[in-house]
Amino acid sequence: MLIEISGVSHTYAGRAQPVVRDLDVRLSEHRVGVIGANGSGKSTFARMLNGLVVPSEGTVSVDGLDTARQGREIRKRVGFCFTDPDSQIVMPTVAEDVAFGLRRRGLSKAEVAARVDATLRARGLDGHADHPAHLLSGGQKQLLALSSILVTEPDLLVMDEPTTLLDLRNTRRVADVVVGLPQQVVLVTHDLDLLVGFDRVLVFDETRLVHDGPPAAAIKHYRELMA
Amino acid sequence: MTGPIGLYLPGRSVLHRLPAGAKLAALVVAGAGSLFVRTPTQTGIAVAVVLLGYAVARVSPRVIWTSFRPLLWVIVPLTVFQVVVVGWEKAMVIVGVIVALVLLANLVTLTTRTTDLVDVVVRVCEPLRVLGINPERVGLMLNLAIRGVPLMVELAGQVREAQLARGHNVSARAFAVPLIVGALRRADELGDALAARGFDD
Repeated sequence: MLIEISGVSHTYAGRAQPVVRDLDVRLSEHRVGVIGANGSGKSTFARMLNGLVVPSEGTVSVDGLDTARQGREIRKRVGFCFTDPDSQIVMPTVAEDVAFGLRRRGLSKAEVAARVDATLRARGLDGHADHPAHLLSGGQKQLLALSSILVTEPDLLVMDEPTTLLDLRNTRRVADVVVGLPQQVVLVTHDLDLLVGFDRVLVFDETRLVHDGPPAAAIKHYRELMA
Repeated sequence: MTGPIGLYLPGRSVLHRLPAGAKLAALVVAGAGSLFVRTPTQTGIAVAVVLLGYAVARVSPRVIWTSFRPLLWVIVPLTVFQVVVVGWEKAMVIVGVIVALVLLANLVTLTTRTTDLVDVVVRVCEPLRVLGINPERVGLMLNLAIRGVPLMVELAGQVREAQLARGHNVSARAFAVPLIVGALRRADELGDALAARGFDD
């Protein structure tokens, strides 16, 4: 899936300063990492990829679709995983939340149940299907949030710091899920270990893309910036 | 596994297998029928029938107590008030009927998945489409309200702990402001999450 970002700057309503400036980039790699300091524009960049944020200048197109005009179509194909799983779990129980995203897909109840079951089993959550979502641990909640996205089989998965609130073990579990995904992934993270094996890493600093290259060189550049 | 409000308790009893619509209809009929309960004996029978339902659904007494305990804050003062105003016999009937109905409603939620209950509400709301009301949206609103209860409880706990950690005494304003700000932020994030999952219309 080709992501094309041309001449993009974005200023949130009511703010004087842009949060992203002069961004021109084309992404087609299987694994793309995004790193940078807090407030550097990473999350806004991630949200542009599925039209949650429409840039105030320039265009973002995903697989030929313009996020400003075809946001809904794009969101059917681009899954988005937020930092805090509590913000994205919308149904009371685990199985219900996974089934939620399939509601408008015209599937029969049996098909929905089968896909929910398979998705939960793949993430090791099958024993929790009927449990209240709010009683899961933080790691289980993030795996549930991921399951709820992946059950809809998106072509691209955008993740905005999905491990920031997790301990080491759960970070590993989420990382293992990401490694095994057939989908294209754009991962915004502060955890540099997650970028091992990535094809390309973008470094943001003070609202601009300042480095774009293989993980080792990008991480070196980022460390120098933060020194 | 359940909390202070009834949430689905997995099981294979007759009550679990009954259609959600039938259980909701039974609840409505029981509510209407409660108007005809006149004596403590009839009230006792009503409560006993509901408790029998819990036994049929194989719900443990611990779960019943967990669900019922928060209601004591209402039931106890109400009982005292009714005994003083209308006498113990009528008080038993009034309070007993309320307890029976609440326990029955709780039994319905414990034995029915939330989505099945909400689907019934969506079907019932279908005729409202002519008035421009989207039944699916009503269903989504109900789901989010149910999901919002534990989130708000958790948020209130965090605000309280933050106050205690900073040595603050109980203050309604100091409690309400961060709670409202936190709730609004959470609602904003939930809106983004819904949009990201394709529910942005």
